[in-house]
Amino acid sequence: MSREEQMQQAKKAYYEEASELLGDLEDALLELETNPDDHELVNRVFRSMHTIKGSGAMFGFDDIAMFTHELETVFDLVRNDELRITPELLDLTLKSRDLILEMLRQDGCASASCQAESERIVTALRGFLSGKDSPSSDDGQTGAQGKDAPDPKDTDASEGMTTVFRIRFKPDARIFLTGTNPLALLDELAELGTCKIVARTEAIPPLGQMDPVSCYTWWDMILVTARDKEAIHDVFIFVEDDCQLTIQEVEMVHPEDVASVGKRLGEILVERGDVRAEDLREVLKQQRPLGELLTRAGLVTPQGVEAALTEQEVVREARSPRPEHKEAVTSIRVEAAKLDKLGDLVGELVIVQARLTQLVTQRHDPALISLAEELERLSDELRDNTLGIRMLPIGSTFNKFLRLVRDLSKELGKEIELVTQGGETELDKNVIEKLNDPLVHLLRNSIDHGVELPEARQAKGKQPKGRILLSAEHASGEVLIKIVDDGAGIDPAKVRAKALERGLVGSDAALSDEEILQLVFLPGFSTAEQVSNISGRGVGMDVVKRGIDALRGTIKLESQLGKGTSVSIKLPLTLAIIDGLQVEVAKEQFVIPLSAVEECVELDRFGSNFGENGAMLNLRGEAVPFIRLRNWFDQDGQLPDIEQVVIVSIQEQRIGLAVDKVIGQHQTVIKSLGRVYRELEGISGATINGDGTMALILDVQALVSAAVQNAVHDRTTNETGSTHRSVKENRYGI
Amino acid sequence: MSKRIMTVDDSSSVRQMVGFTLKDAGYEVLEAVDGKDALTKLSGTVDMIITDLNMPNMDGIELIRQVRSLPDYKFIPIVMLTTESQADKKQAGKDAGATGWIVKPFKPEQLLAVVKKVVR
Repeated sequence: MSREEQMQQAKKAYYEEASELLGDLEDALLELETNPDDHELVNRVFRSMHTIKGSGAMFGFDDIAMFTHELETVFDLVRNDELRITPELLDLTLKSRDLILEMLRQDGCASASCQAESERIVTALRGFLSGKDSPSSDDGQTGAQGKDAPDPKDTDASEGMTTVFRIRFKPDARIFLTGTNPLALLDELAELGTCKIVARTEAIPPLGQMDPVSCYTWWDMILVTARDKEAIHDVFIFVEDDCQLTIQEVEMVHPEDVASVGKRLGEILVERGDVRAEDLREVLKQQRPLGELLTRAGLVTPQGVEAALTEQEVVREARSPRPEHKEAVTSIRVEAAKLDKLGDLVGELVIVQARLTQLVTQRHDPALISLAEELERLSDELRDNTLGIRMLPIGSTFNKFLRLVRDLSKELGKEIELVTQGGETELDKNVIEKLNDPLVHLLRNSIDHGVELPEARQAKGKQPKGRILLSAEHASGEVLIKIVDDGAGIDPAKVRAKALERGLVGSDAALSDEEILQLVFLPGFSTAEQVSNISGRGVGMDVVKRGIDALRGTIKLESQLGKGTSVSIKLPLTLAIIDGLQVEVAKEQFVIPLSAVEECVELDRFGSNFGENGAMLNLRGEAVPFIRLRNWFDQDGQLPDIEQVVIVSIQEQRIGLAVDKVIGQHQTVIKSLGRVYRELEGISGATINGDGTMALILDVQALVSAAVQNAVHDRTTNETGSTHRSVKENRYGI
Repeated sequence: MSKRIMTVDDSSSVRQMVGFTLKDAGYEVLEAVDGKDALTKLSGTVDMIITDLNMPNMDGIELIRQVRSLPDYKFIPIVMLTTESQADKKQAGKDAGATGWIVKPFKPEQLLAVVKKVVR
C-alpha cells in the first residue's frame, strides 16, 4: 500500500471516528442540559473535542481543527470551573457540533455558507471568553496548523562556517527512570559535527554506596559544527528542563592575536643575553605543566584538565588554516600484495602481543602489566585500521549487476528492475571478489526461474515489471546480503519430489517446508523444468553454497509460492582475524569463532540437564543435540565430572559442543593449514596461542551440518520415527 | 532485528497513522486503545511506548506511572502525544517518568525523528 493510500485509509478512519465522537458529543451535551454540574460529563465533552481537533489537524482537516480549538478553549474553562454551563452555551455548542459534522461531510473544506456560520459561532464563543476577562485567547497558536517548523537545514549558519561549542551536560541523577539513555544523546550530538567528549566520573561514589539506577557521570564536550546553537538545544530538548546544560560558543582567537601578545619571557631573556638558551631549556624542564600543578593542589580534577586540554586542541585544530592542497592527497593507490603483507605482519604482531600479555600476567609486575596493556591497545587499533584499509564498499559490485539484469531480462523477454540498497556497506576486498560468482548465480536464478513473464505476472495480478532487490547491511559484526525477488517463488512440493527422485531424501522424511527449501543447496540439484542457457546447467545452488562456505558465511533460502523468493547471505567482515572462544579438550586447545557462540552451559554427568541417551542436552527444557569434541577428534583420557558445553548456532540450528574447559575469549589470527590438511572435516584453520603453542580453529558450520544432517538422516531412515536422536552414536561415540 | 514499538491511543485514526508511519520505517508495531489495554498487552521485548494522554479507562499519565513501576519496563522510553494547550499535562507526564513528547498535530517525519532520537 502506498503512502497516499495509507493516508487515505487513515483519513477514512478519522471520518468514521469523528462521526462517532460527534454522536457521543451530542449525547453528552444533552445530558449536560439536565446535569450541568456533572464533571465527568464535561470531561467527556472535552475529550471528544480534543480528539476531533488533534486527529483532524493530522489528516488535513484544518478548518475542523481550528474551529474545534475555539470550542475546546471554552470548555477548558468550564472544566476548570472558571465558566459555568448555561443554556446559551449548550445551544451554541450543539450548533457547533452540527457545523463540524457538516464540515466533515464536505471533506474538511468548508463551503462559503459553512464558513460564514463558523465565523458567527466563533465570535459568539469568544464572547463567552471575553465575558470571563481573558481576551480572545491565543490567536497566534490555534494549535491546528502545526506551523511548519523551518527546516533546520535551511537555518544552518552560512555554508562552510563552523563554530566551536563548549557543552557541559550534567544529567539529573534520576535520568534513567525517564527511559532516557544519556549516551544516545551524546551520539546524537556527535552527529552534528566533530565532537570530542570527556566523561567526568569524579562524582561516582564507592561501589558500596552506589545506587545502580542513578546516573553519576557527566560530560564535557567540544563540538565543532556548522549548525547553530538551536540544533544543539534540540538534541537535549527532552531533558533540558531537568538537567544542567550549558552551551557556550568558544571564542576563536586568531593566530595574529596571539602573536601580538609578543614574545615570551624566556625568548626575550635569551635575546638580551641575560641567560643562555641551554640553561633556559634546563630550567624549563623542571617546570611542570599547569594542569599537573593544579591537580596536585587539588584544585581541579584530572578529568577537568583533560576536558580543558581537549578544548584547547580542538580550537587549535579548528583555527589552523587548512592546507590548500589537501584534496590532492586524499587517496593513494597501493598494490594489493603490499596490503596483504601488512595484514600478515599485523597478524604476527597480534600473536606476539598475546604471548607477551600471557607472560606478563604471570609476573605480577604492575609496570610491565600497564606496558602490555598499552601495547594491546595499540595493536588492537593497528589491527582495526589495517583491516579498515582493506575494506571496500560493495556498491561497485552491485552496479555491475545492473547491466547483467538488463541484458538477461531482455533476452528472456522479461521486464525486471534491479533495486540496490546499502551499496556503501564495506567488506573486505577479498570477500567482495569471491562474492561475485555466487551473487551472479543467484541473480541469474531469480531472473530465469524467479520473475515470471509480464503476461504471467499480470494474470496473477502483479505489476508486469518484476523487481529484484539486492541489499547489503551491517548486522552485529557481520554483513547481511539479501537478494529478494517478487517472482513465482519456489514450490516445496516440487523440490521435495526432485529430492526424492535424486535420492537426496527418503520418501517418508518428515520435513518442514523450510527444511525442504534448504535441500536445493545439496549437490546435484536443479529444479528448472527446462534447462536454459542462463541457469540450470547442472551447476546448482550447491556451488553457491560452497562459495559462501569458503567465505565462512551462511546462506538461507526463504520463499513464498507465488509471491517471491529471498536469499539471505551472512558474511564475516574479514577473513583474516576473528574473535574466538578458546576451549580445551584433552589438553589440546581449540578455537570456536565467537560469532557462532550463543552461550556456555555446564554439563553435569549426574545433573538434570544430561539427556537420557547422552546425545541430547536439556537446555532450559529444550532438547539440543550435542557433540563431544573429545570423541570427534578421537582423544582418549578421563572425562571431567563437569564438562562445559558451548552452545553454537548457525542458521538457526543449535547444537552443543562439549569440551573439558572454556579458557576465554581471544583475538585469533587465522592461519591456513596448508594443502595436505585442507580437507579435514570440522577444522577450518589454525592459530598460534599466546604461549607459542598451536590451537585448531573449529569449522562450526561443518560440525553443525554434520550433526543436523545426521539428525535428518536418522529421522528419515529410522522407522520408529524417534525425532530426538539427532546424533549418530558410532560417529560421535556417544 | 527490528525494534518493537507500542502505540497507545483511543483514536483509531491516530493509531493507524502512527502505525503505518512506523511500519514503513521498518519498526514492528503493537497497538493498544488505552492505558489498561496497553498494560495487558505489554510483554516480551518492547523498545518504546508512544502514548496519548487523554484516554478513557486509564489515561496516559497513569500508564506511564504504572509502566515505570514494572521491573521489566522501568527504563523503557515512553513518549507522550500532547497538544500545545496541555502544558500542565506535559509536566505531569514528565513527572510520571515520560522520556519525551510529540506535539499534535505532527507529521510522519516529526514522529520518526523523535522515535529515532529515543530508540537508538
